[in-house]
Amino acid sequence: MARPTDIKYLSTQRVEKRQKKYCRFKKLGIKYIDYKDAEFLKKFLNEQGKMLPRRITGTSLKYQRKLGHAIKKARQMAILPYVTDLLK
Amino acid sequence: MATNLQDYEMMLIFTPVLAEEEFKNAQEKFISLIKENGGEIVHVNSWGLRSLSYPIQKKTTGLYVVIEFKAPSDLNAKLEIQLNRDETVMRHMITHLDKFAVAYNERKRNAPAKESKSKTENETVSSVSAS
Repeated sequence: MARPTDIKYLSTQRVEKRQKKYCRFKKLGIKYIDYKDAEFLKKFLNEQGKMLPRRITGTSLKYQRKLGHAIKKARQMAILPYVTDLLK
Repeated sequence: MATNLQDYEMMLIFTPVLAEEEFKNAQEKFISLIKENGGEIVHVNSWGLRSLSYPIQKKTTGLYVVIEFKAPSDLNAKLEIQLNRDETVMRHMITHLDKFAVAYNERKRNAPAKESKSKTENETVSSVSAS
């Protein structure tokens, strides 16, 4: 007799539900994104120095736009690179 | 006279070949230029020598200065001319600051330790989501 506990082991159920993504600017109340803070901006870049999509970071549209402006400013002023390998 | 002053931030990158004295004089030159044209200096932050992310004019380092100032909006054109004329300036950027940016800069100036605190806060949040 298959008890409900046994069935649980047979079918590979997803153990945990993935936590919902959130916009960290809204959550932490960050209103202004500083282009001078390279370490902070690097959280939103991949290894090649490209911007990560909203799909992955969960940033809201408003702040993704501001983030883009900040990153582009930082690139102009050689704080962040335009292209690289192994940024992190 | 001092009507409609806007908040700006100017970031300059000087060539690393400048001596300490020349670097100071160059900063002073632009600061006095802002003051002469009806602007006010809010804060000057000299970062000093810093390595660039990519070479500019075949140089891998630069002397950074960030100047926050208030000025009438017609100053920028004059400033731009001087910046382009000056050969010691490798890059410059003048940014208009909104009210959040002004508040942010003020907070950062008064409590530089707070910056790291918010960062650790961020990390704990991410570690919670990872576990």
